[in-house]
Order: sequence, then structure tokens, then C-alpha cells
Amino acid sequence: MTDFIFLLIKAILWVAVGVGMVPFIIYFERKFAGFFQSRMGPTYAGPWGALQSFGDMAKLLSKEDLIPDWADKPVFRIAPYILFVPAFITMALIPFGPMGVEIFGHTVDLVIADFDAGVIMFLALGSVAVYGIVFAGWASNNHWSLLGSLRSGAQMVSYEISMGLSLVGLIILSGSLSFVDIVDAQAGNFWNWYFIPQIVGFVIFYVSSIAELNRAPFDLAEAEQELVAGHMTEYTGMRWGLFMFGEYVNMVVVSAVIVTLFFGGWRAPIEALNFIPGFIWLVGKVLFFVFMYMWIRWTLPRYRYNQLMDIGWKLFLPLAIANLAVTALIVSVN
Amino acid sequence: MISPSVDLIVQFGLMFAIGAIVAVALITIAHILAPTSKNPNKGLPYECGVLPDGDARLPYNVHFYLVAVLFVLFDLEAVFMYPWAVSLAKLGTVGLIEMFLFIFILLVGYFYAWKKGVLEWE
Repeated sequence: MTDFIFLLIKAILWVAVGVGMVPFIIYFERKFAGFFQSRMGPTYAGPWGALQSFGDMAKLLSKEDLIPDWADKPVFRIAPYILFVPAFITMALIPFGPMGVEIFGHTVDLVIADFDAGVIMFLALGSVAVYGIVFAGWASNNHWSLLGSLRSGAQMVSYEISMGLSLVGLIILSGSLSFVDIVDAQAGNFWNWYFIPQIVGFVIFYVSSIAELNRAPFDLAEAEQELVAGHMTEYTGMRWGLFMFGEYVNMVVVSAVIVTLFFGGWRAPIEALNFIPGFIWLVGKVLFFVFMYMWIRWTLPRYRYNQLMDIGWKLFLPLAIANLAVTALIVSVN
Repeated sequence: MISPSVDLIVQFGLMFAIGAIVAVALITIAHILAPTSKNPNKGLPYECGVLPDGDARLPYNVHFYLVAVLFVLFDLEAVFMYPWAVSLAKLGTVGLIEMFLFIFILLVGYFYAWKKGVLEWE
């Protein structure tokens, strides 16, 4: 029973931090977007507009929830949940501190689920998001929604292949699919982190994750100049809010996965800095990658659809296979 | 701590429950707070102001289907590589050569699909 109480506390704290960051991330994204484009960003709600996200949330909660008459209503209702909930399950896989810490006389592992096949679980849960988008587009019964969700479905499954293959090299090095073991294998200083031997895998994984998250420059699903808002066109109020909220929760979770796999997870960059708790390192690194997503989004123009598919199929797929073959050869020769 | 597999179900189930509770709570709060007003025009699909011209579920480009089929093939092959990658150290040279043969066969299919124009979008 005490084990379950500790698990509950860990889960609630982890979700509170991971998801609690989201309103601030949205605020900073809008503020940075303003600075990148030489304008002010939000300024009215609170000091420097800092309460903007909460104002938006209050607005979304008090908006009418419209469901189109021609929509497939049960599918239309369930689609935002399918996009939103898997991100939370992925959060369970991410270790945020060492195993077997003594807290109030109890030995606690600072991870929610130490799963042997964590990497496969992460990829599988990532695929579930495709269902959310395709269901939303199909159920809306709107040309824009259907086109957006078709594009997005094809894009996400294409990049999932390069995402999956880009991690094989890393798995060869670590010899384990468990996130906890992968972080342990990166112990020591920052030159033990996997982004150095697996720099090709990291670049492929990072760019593919942008496509998976449907963020600019790969936000073809919701290219507003051509498709209004893609699969979200018919959604209003909090149902639309769940899509947006889910996108940002997914962004935090994918950043945490990148940090865990390639950047030593909760470990400090040099061992002398180990006195700072691992949780703070993890959150700091996650925020850095979230900032990178924002930087890329507000710097690069959107790709055309055939360019996007070319990058996924003709560049990243062969590159990922070459990366894993070279890694396998080097590991075997040693 | 009952058994590792039951633990995992509890751990993942708990995270699923938290996510589902957050989502359902948000929708429920919105349902209580939000106003409703009936107007027959509100139920129409959005078409940039033009009246909708019937059902949106028209036949679409077969290309999306081809990409989905290719995805199933390649993703299965990617998953097939994971157990091999974990145990490469134990498999030694034989395992390496076998996987290179597998990748070679995979690449033959890949270039066939490329030459057939599955990867071209216009």
C-alpha cells in the first residue's frame, strides 16, 4: 500500500511539473514569437502579459462546444482524447532521478514505470496520435479537415519509420530498451552522452519529432493558408483546446524522451555538478529542447508537401539505415 | 510490489487515469460553463462562407493508401531490428551478417517502391 501511495505522489508531482509547465511554455512561445518578429507579443494580461495563457484557458472553457450536424458524433467527441491521453502514459517511462533513493525510510525509484521495452512502448504510443488526427478529420465531414488529416496521417507514419530506425544505433550501443538502463549507460561526464556517437541518429530523431508533433516547418496538417486549420477546423471551445494543450504536452514529453535517450536524462553534464538534483537537470534540458522547437518554428518557412515526404523517405530513411549499419559494424569490430 | 507485470499495469494504468481525468475534467468544466444557443446554420460545416456542397468523404488520392502500406512494411521491419540490436553483442559476426542480408532485402524493396514512383508527389 505504501508503495502505491509513493507511486501516486510521484505520478501527481511529475504530471504537475510536466503539464504545469505548459501554460508558461505557451506564454513564452508567444512572447518569443513576438521578439523573433520584432513585436511585443502578449502584453495586456498581467505583468508583461504573463497571465495570457490563463486568460486563454478561461476563454476556452466558457466557449460554446459545437458539433457539426453532419459529423460522426461519437468519433468526433473521442478524437481529442486519443491525441491527449497517450502523452501521459509516455511520461511514465521517463526517469527523473536515480533508482533506489531513500525517502522517509522508503526505497523509491525515481521513475514511474521501469519498463524493459520502454523504447518500443514510446514508439507505439507515438503512433496512437495518428488515430486522433485521422479520426478528427474523418469525423468532421469537412473538406479541409479530411485533407488535413490525410496529409498529416501520411506525414506522421512516414516520419515514424525514420524515427524508429534512427534509434536502432543507440540501442546497439546501450544494449537495452529500458529508459532507465539507457540513462545509466550515459553515466559520467557529458562526452559519455549518446548524442556524440549517435549524432546522425539524433538529428534524424529530432527533425522527425518535429514532423510527428505537426509543428512548423512541418505543420502541413494545419497549414492555415490552404487548409484553414486542418483536422481542427470544426472543433470549438475546450475540445479544440484539448488539441492545442495535447500538442504542447506532447512537445514536453518528446523533449523529455530526447533528453533521456541522447542527453543523459537527469544526469549532470559534469560529475562535479551532481549535487544539483537530477530533476532540475531534467527540467532544464527539457526546456532547452522546447525552446529549440520554438526557435525552429519561428525561423524556418513551411516546407511543401512533396519536399516534406522526400526528406522523410528519400533522405532520412537511407541515412538511418546507414547509421545503424555503421554503428553495428563498429560495435562488432570492437 | 506484487509482480513486475502487475506493477507495470498499475503504473501505466495510473498515468492513463490521470491523463483521462484531466481531459474529462476540462471538457466537463467547459460543458458546465459554456453557453449554448440553437441556430440551424451553426451545424453546417465550415467552408469559408460558401454553402457546403454535400458530403466531404469523397474518394481521395490512392497515394495516401500506398504510403500507409509502405509504412506497415517498414515499421514492422524496424521493430524486428530492435531485439537484434539489443543482443548484437551476443550474436557476434553471424548476427551482423544475417542482419545485413535482411537490410539488403529491405533495400531492394525500398528501391523498387522508389522506382515505381510511390515516393513521388506532384
